[in-house]
Amino acid sequence: MLYLFYFFAAISVIAALVVVSAKSPINSVIALVVCFLSIAAHYILLNAQFLAMVHVIVYTGAIMVLMLFVIMLLNMNTVVEVRKPVVTRILAVVTGGLFFLVLLAATRSGLSTPVPADFDPGIGLVKRIGMSLFQEFLVPFELSSVLFLSAMAGAMMLAKKDGTANVNLPPSSEPNDSRA
Amino acid sequence: MVKTDLLALLVPALPLLGAIIIGFGRRRLKGNTAGMLGTAMVALGFVASLLLFLGHDGETHIVHLFSWIHVGAMDIPFAFQIDALSLWMMLIVTGIGTLIHLYSIGYMHDDPRVATFFAQLNLFSFSMLLLVMGANFLVTFIGWEGVGLCSYLLIGFWYTTPEFNYAGRKAFVMNRIGDIGMVLAMALMFYQFGTLTYVDVMKQGGMMATGNPLIVTATLLLFLGATGKSAQLPLLTWLPDAMAGPTPVSALIHAATMVTAGIFLVVRSSVLFQLAPYTQDIILWVGVATALFGATVGLFQNDIKKVLAYSTVSQLGYMFAALGVGAYSAGMFHVTTHAFFKALLFLGAGSVIHALGGEQDIRKMGGLKGVTKTTYMTFLIATLAIAGIPPLSGFFSKDGILASTFAESPLAYGVLVFAAMLTAFYMFRLLFLTFFGTYRGKAHPHESPKVMTVPLMVLAVLSAIGGALNIPHIFGGHDWLKEFLGTAADGIGMEHLELSANTEWMLMALSTTLVVLTIWYTWTLFGKKTTLDGDTADMPFLKRLIAKRWMLDELYASLFEKPYGWISKHFFSIGETKVAVPLTVGTGKAALGLGEWLRKVQTGNTSFYLFGMMAGVVILLIITYFGG
Amino acid sequence: MENVMTAIRVVPLDHYLILSFLLFSIGMVGALVRRNIIIVIMCLELMLNSVNLLLVAFSAYHSDPGGQIMVFFIMLVAAAEVTVGLAILVLLKRNTDSVDMNQLNRLKW
Repeated sequence: MLYLFYFFAAISVIAALVVVSAKSPINSVIALVVCFLSIAAHYILLNAQFLAMVHVIVYTGAIMVLMLFVIMLLNMNTVVEVRKPVVTRILAVVTGGLFFLVLLAATRSGLSTPVPADFDPGIGLVKRIGMSLFQEFLVPFELSSVLFLSAMAGAMMLAKKDGTANVNLPPSSEPNDSRA
Repeated sequence: MVKTDLLALLVPALPLLGAIIIGFGRRRLKGNTAGMLGTAMVALGFVASLLLFLGHDGETHIVHLFSWIHVGAMDIPFAFQIDALSLWMMLIVTGIGTLIHLYSIGYMHDDPRVATFFAQLNLFSFSMLLLVMGANFLVTFIGWEGVGLCSYLLIGFWYTTPEFNYAGRKAFVMNRIGDIGMVLAMALMFYQFGTLTYVDVMKQGGMMATGNPLIVTATLLLFLGATGKSAQLPLLTWLPDAMAGPTPVSALIHAATMVTAGIFLVVRSSVLFQLAPYTQDIILWVGVATALFGATVGLFQNDIKKVLAYSTVSQLGYMFAALGVGAYSAGMFHVTTHAFFKALLFLGAGSVIHALGGEQDIRKMGGLKGVTKTTYMTFLIATLAIAGIPPLSGFFSKDGILASTFAESPLAYGVLVFAAMLTAFYMFRLLFLTFFGTYRGKAHPHESPKVMTVPLMVLAVLSAIGGALNIPHIFGGHDWLKEFLGTAADGIGMEHLELSANTEWMLMALSTTLVVLTIWYTWTLFGKKTTLDGDTADMPFLKRLIAKRWMLDELYASLFEKPYGWISKHFFSIGETKVAVPLTVGTGKAALGLGEWLRKVQTGNTSFYLFGMMAGVVILLIITYFGG
Repeated sequence: MENVMTAIRVVPLDHYLILSFLLFSIGMVGALVRRNIIIVIMCLELMLNSVNLLLVAFSAYHSDPGGQIMVFFIMLVAAAEVTVGLAILVLLKRNTDSVDMNQLNRLKW
């Protein structure tokens, strides 16, 4: 069982690295889909069936397809991305590594926490989550529909062809253009 | 009881209502409407006061309106105290007030802002009633400040003349000095007794030992407040300047009612003053000095209202001298008679000024007794009353004070008798120069209308027979006013006069004789005068000094104003320009410079912002988990 | 199914911690390194998911359904965020014909 975890963990990390390093956005998206699927597998390992399903439907099914759609709509696989300077990239990697180490060190005392004895394996089941969601968290759940509605309206406002919401940016300003 | 409550509420409420109606409707009220309404309100207040007075049973009634301030242990109700003392003051305020309102209808007839005048006059009546009716120091203090405000407004009523505004401001500032004393006294009493209600304070204070330092301090502070309001030394210079206001204002506020607020306050707290002999000594000598000061300065004034103003100062000095020797009833009696004859004098002077078209210089008057007969007759009665000629009211009240003072301090008695002679001198000089001899002015004099002379006649009757209120035992009287007021103020109950009847007769005869002689001497000087040399330059030094009011204004100017100006100037040149300005401007410049430098961080590059955010998170985590 | 249910007894919690931190750091480095906005958005999604994973792990280990509810709401917000973010991206692309991060350099005084 532990090997199953290692397997999916390795897939997640490798896929994540591909997302960051791939030249073409299409490749990035595919790698991200793989990564998300492996995370869904982790959810199943953690006995969170409901979340695993929602994750696959929302992320892999909706969000990533939306991204693919946008990339293809904007013809972005042909765009050649300008690379950042080497110094910046090295600095970014150093910062990321440092961040990782700091997080590890910060939680070092909690790393060997034993599993509590009164372990309940059934909390991730659909029935339990549903009970919790519609009893305890009913108001936030309903409010989230308002959030979706406003996000939808906002997206339409922003993306429609001619409207007052269009920000009139100059055609192509130089990269690193500084007005200071 | 319900009737008492209602009437007690009506008395101050009516003038307030009048003030509000007239004040807000002053542009719509035409002609004499404002004056009629204002007079009616105060007259109704007088009727209510009279009903209260007639129904009074000698008990102290507290009319509780509502709980005003309630914080922790402090509970100050908004309540009225109806007893003999407040009733008596209410009668004076509303009674004299009614007459003066009536008189003002005629006097202010031609003024374009007559409605404003009556609104302010009504507001003053309300404040003064609050002052005398309050059941605790704080309610009294509202009235105290209210009358100060109205005094300021009415002194500067003709605000287009800068000098009048300065006079109003001077009165306000001078009163403020006294008010500090009043506030401190209230704080001290609250600290000591935990209450400001008169009844409770007097009860608790009465149990303390004589000469208790706390009581002495409190009474001294109260007296400081009284000196400000009642124009005693050293805070008296505002009162003569206050004559800038219309004459009815001088009569009502600066002679009959407001300036006696200090005396009222002392009598109200007489229990405390009775326990503070040091304070009483100070009050006695301040009163005596003020009486002498006012009388001497009055000798050489040429403005008809200024003479009366200094006369008021002097008479107030008498009242305080009476309080200083513990003769509270004598002080209150003099308050009453003085309200009668001084109001009459001011209104008479106003009538004269009105008759001469605004002329106030007595050197340009003379021979008016043939033209303004009513004014002359009433003025004569008032002058005789203030000089103390028996059997007019002033004789009884002044004699009461003199007798009480003689029992306590013969020296003070001597000074007061001398001041009484001076009083007779300046008052008859005024009378002779105004009404006798030949007319020296240019305007065409005419008698005032009925609406002005009727109040004069009423006041003249009161001045003549007012002495009957308190006829002493040696004349077969019963000291009625003393008995009446004795039910209210405990200090009056403690009075006792240790004089034999013979001594009293002698004192009376002495003062009367001296006054009559003075009048005769004045007649020889001014009675037949047709011309007057008003130049003061060739006078001897003392006369010149007195004519310049003992240089008191100049003394204050060099003692307080100049150092204050000097300090202010240097605070500006050093504190402002060298400290405050560099500090504030420097802070602004530092912020600007820092902003100029820091804004370079804001490149606009989103990646850079993201980078900064991450670095910040790393640093925060490091500090949180490894910093301690 | 019984095997799966006991899996979390075999895998220690700190494994999930380390995996989550690693994914988060990778996402962060990606957001810093790349200039293509859509990649940056994807890196943000990656970071969100690493946090989700950690929440689910804690929730399962402590038998508290609250953590999983939280993940559910994070997913809701992420969906809304991606919608608006992609709309902005389309707008930017249409106006400047570019999806470079450095186009967004107006965020200053």
